[in-house]
Amino acid sequence: MIVRIATESQYRMPEDDADALNDLDNEAVAAVEAGDEDRFHEVFEQMLELVRRAGEPLGDDELEESDVILPPPDISFVEAAAEFTGEGLIPD
Amino acid sequence: MPGMGGRMSTVIKAKINKLLDRAEDPSETLEYSYQKQMELLQNVKKGIADVVTSKKRLQLQQQKLEQQVVKLDTQARQALSQGREDLARTALERKQFAQGELQSLDQQVAELESQQASLIEKEQKLRTKIDQFRTKKEVIKAQYSAAEASVKISEAASGVGEEMADVGMAMQRALDKTEDMRARANAMDELEAAGAFDDQLSLSAGQDDIDRELHQLTSQSAVDQDLERLRAELGSGEPPQQSLEAGEPEREREA
Repeated sequence: MIVRIATESQYRMPEDDADALNDLDNEAVAAVEAGDEDRFHEVFEQMLELVRRAGEPLGDDELEESDVILPPPDISFVEAAAEFTGEGLIPD
Repeated sequence: MPGMGGRMSTVIKAKINKLLDRAEDPSETLEYSYQKQMELLQNVKKGIADVVTSKKRLQLQQQKLEQQVVKLDTQARQALSQGREDLARTALERKQFAQGELQSLDQQVAELESQQASLIEKEQKLRTKIDQFRTKKEVIKAQYSAAEASVKISEAASGVGEEMADVGMAMQRALDKTEDMRARANAMDELEAAGAFDDQLSLSAGQDDIDRELHQLTSQSAVDQDLERLRAELGSGEPPQQSLEAGEPEREREA
């Protein structure tokens, strides 16, 4: 599967890592909904780390659409919260 | 993506797809995206130039503050040697403030440096992808039937489109941060214009500027020395007046 970390790069990852990534993604949303900023950053860092470690960066000449897009690494908690309740990083 | 139902990544992806859905007809996508690609590359170049301008401005402020720190330190030493601890304290307080500002400027300049580097890298990556797209488009048109070519070109266009959306996001975020720093730089320029860092103006009402006081002290002691020399020449033997006391009425008159 192809995962993009927004504003960073695209990575090709083994399908086996999809579940782990998915779990972390849901945990991150739960942390945002619980208003737990520290937990959100902790989980989100784990996601980024997993993608960077397990993924192979795509070549510049590859024109692939991503299966999954993660928010930018410097996302703030306020932005993350807006992502699920308001307009978020990309206006609707 | 089977097994991938994470809400965060899904929300982001859905939103990016929405951006890309605006050009659905593949033949239109071709023209639309080519034009968009060129526009975006121009914008990224402009964005990078903005970041560089802001960085240069902050660096200029850094230089000024560094000079200010050296100067305030010299003033404090001078004031102390004249027995003016109060003046030395004021100078050192200003020095502390300037150093604090310097530290935060260092961080901001470093952040702008990394934004500049990352935008340049992304611009190059996007350029490569666009070149690749143009080449691939011709190959596809030559190799496939019209219907198949449409689908394949559309896929490639989606890949480029996603990259474009991503570069756009990176640039927007960089510019937002640059904007914050610019507002801060403006505030500092205003402070400077208002005399906070200026030699000739007072820091606040009722407080004499360090330079002026020091100048008075220096000229006062030069006068004292001259007087002392004259007295010695005349052989009056009268001890010279203490320079600080002699300077006092002069300052009061000016204040």
